[in-house]
Amino acid sequence: MTMQDETIVSAVISILVENESGVLARVIGLFAGRGYNIESLTVAPVEQSRHQSRINIVTSGTPQVIEQIKAQVGRLVPVYRVADLTQVGPHVAREMALVKVVSSGEPRTEALRIAEAFRARAVDTTATSFVFELTGATEKLDSFIDLMRPLGLAEVSRTGVAAIIRGPRTI
Amino acid sequence: MNATPNLNDLKPNTHAHGADVVLSGAEVLLRVLVDQGVDVIFGYPGGAVLPIYDALFRQNAVRHILVRHEQAAVHAAEAYARSTGKVGVVLVTSGPGATNAVTGLVDALMDSIPVVCFTGQVGVPLIGTDAFQEADTTGITRQATKHNYLVKNPADLARVAHEAFHIARSGRPGPVVVDLPKNISVGPAPYAPASRAPHPSYRPQSEPEREAVVRAVAAMKRARRPLFYTGGGVINAGPQASEALGRLVRRTGFPCTSTLMGLGCYPTTDRQFLGMLGMHGTYEANLATHGCDVLVALGARFDDRVTGRLDAFSPGSFKIHADIEPSQINKIVQVDVPIVGDAGRVIEMMLEEWDRQDGASDPAALAQWWQQIEAWRGIRSLHFDQDMTPSAIIRPQHAVRRLYELAMETGRDTFVSTEVGQHQMWAAQHFQFDRPNRWLTSGGLGTMGYGLPAAVGAQIAHPDALVIDIAGEASTLMNIQELGTIAQYRLPVKIFILNNQYMGMVRQWQELLHGSRYSESYSAALPDFIRLAESFHAKGMRATCVGELDDVIRAMLAEPGAVVADICVAQDENCYPMIPSGAAHNQMLLGPEQEGEVKVSAEGRMLV
Repeated sequence: MTMQDETIVSAVISILVENESGVLARVIGLFAGRGYNIESLTVAPVEQSRHQSRINIVTSGTPQVIEQIKAQVGRLVPVYRVADLTQVGPHVAREMALVKVVSSGEPRTEALRIAEAFRARAVDTTATSFVFELTGATEKLDSFIDLMRPLGLAEVSRTGVAAIIRGPRTI
Repeated sequence: MNATPNLNDLKPNTHAHGADVVLSGAEVLLRVLVDQGVDVIFGYPGGAVLPIYDALFRQNAVRHILVRHEQAAVHAAEAYARSTGKVGVVLVTSGPGATNAVTGLVDALMDSIPVVCFTGQVGVPLIGTDAFQEADTTGITRQATKHNYLVKNPADLARVAHEAFHIARSGRPGPVVVDLPKNISVGPAPYAPASRAPHPSYRPQSEPEREAVVRAVAAMKRARRPLFYTGGGVINAGPQASEALGRLVRRTGFPCTSTLMGLGCYPTTDRQFLGMLGMHGTYEANLATHGCDVLVALGARFDDRVTGRLDAFSPGSFKIHADIEPSQINKIVQVDVPIVGDAGRVIEMMLEEWDRQDGASDPAALAQWWQQIEAWRGIRSLHFDQDMTPSAIIRPQHAVRRLYELAMETGRDTFVSTEVGQHQMWAAQHFQFDRPNRWLTSGGLGTMGYGLPAAVGAQIAHPDALVIDIAGEASTLMNIQELGTIAQYRLPVKIFILNNQYMGMVRQWQELLHGSRYSESYSAALPDFIRLAESFHAKGMRATCVGELDDVIRAMLAEPGAVVADICVAQDENCYPMIPSGAAHNQMLLGPEQEGEVKVSAEGRMLV
């Protein structure tokens, strides 16, 4: 018998589903009912003509749990395909954040300077506030938000991860 | 134009002018049922399904069985499905009709039983307004079913209804709910025959990969202490799978055990059968599971009632696991050879490979393994002493044994359903099943109240067979209203109650874990079962001592109608052998004398 690996790993699960009512509830209900983590979730139609949507879920668990997640999601009737991108190989995972910073004087200037370094765009500007738009890996967004904290960070809205395999392969 | 078609002509729509007829949604639904080969449905009417009941009234192709509670409709449909291999069909109304059905749906989900349940719903414009008898049925049943649908567009009705049957019966079978708003069943809807095109996203794999089977058989050939561990998946794969299993077990000479759900897939009276494994399994089955070097799991899912303490489950064995559902593999126990496929196909392929691959398992080693098994069998873990003095108290095991022996004397095809608890385990241990589909019990969910409606479903499917509900007095009261259904359809069901005036399994665990403080486990204020039977137009009988038992059983079996037999059994009897939860298979308790030695770990207490 193979020994069970107890290390917790992070995984990006991409799921191609029939775009029908209740399909998202089926997927997240399965995660809730079986006690799987959802660290982030994105969902949007990707193939309008074929009524398909793609759900990307960042989750974590032992390798055995990740395998179970794939198998359990694969059981759902409206699921076409499910893949663990972290396992498939190199992939691109990106999310977007809108970050509101309310400040003036030196902190305001510093916020703008850091935003430039991160290649964040100011999509809304008033005399006392900025809304920055920033796209990138989760860790990049995390560190940007950390840096904004002492500079008047007021509100954050993040999309969660959208991910895709590098190279010509598809899920 | 005559808008009311002749519903007695519900043949599949092949005639040319069929498309001209405008059908209501209810009529389309009935036509789909006929297409799907449905001849009986179990249900209960209500406001939201009145149009469907009206359509039922105007036809003869589909027979409706009126139950007394919607939970019972689902259990009856489950038993119909399990005893015939067909899909069981349920029709209930919206709101409470649907919520009452939920227990049955989860029961069918846990035990992989094909059921299609049509639920009424308030009209589409009223959905979400808290209308009278509105419940979010698809929301409530999403995790209670294999799949569910809400039909909002009449154009989808026929396709969805056909698809529901396909999904319920294919792959790992399960329950499917189709929620039908009232305006959909009243209004016009186009009929369509079942599509032959494969489902776009749902493609269960039933054909196993040969490479995996080759590896499995190679391991089986090398085995010195092999064991087949079979489950409900073999039953679900159809009688031909059970027949193939018989050939495989005989060809290999290996011992075979089975889960509660699998009883009957291999003849339980055969020498190569070791009895059921798990918590209340036999000593030889559990010790063989613990000591085997190659474990071949076929259509079983390593349930916690089977494995006991996981880190001590079958330690050191090479594990082969065949299941039609990929999510069941490596879910609980990590295996060495996973095989995804229909159990029947896997067994057939194993037989081919067994004959194709060179060599045979070491006959000396196998003989030694059997010698060891016979030594374990010599312990006679199911043995009990029945005092045969006529006035002696009946032991429940003896009651089940005599029921089996006297039922066999009738020579009739016999179906047994059970409720849940001690009586269920005694039935599993002491009644014998030499054919599949004859044993109807709630395994995964453990639903008290299953047996009586299940007996209804089995008797409807097999009007001439002997159908017995081996019951406990507490469980059977949970769906006792079905005596009304039994009376209405004159079903000759035999309800054999092992009456110990306790929720016996609850009491047994209270003795083991809670200092015999019998908190709420005494069946107080029981009805007089004889008069209860009579008030429902059935025959009531009672046996209070060993001297009366055989006569009561014979009279029950000879009675042409329904019988409730109140068998007053030893109140303090507990179910043995047992593996206390959290213990390993080689730490079995054989009888009450060992009970004092039990130290159930804190972990074990959580697993009860």
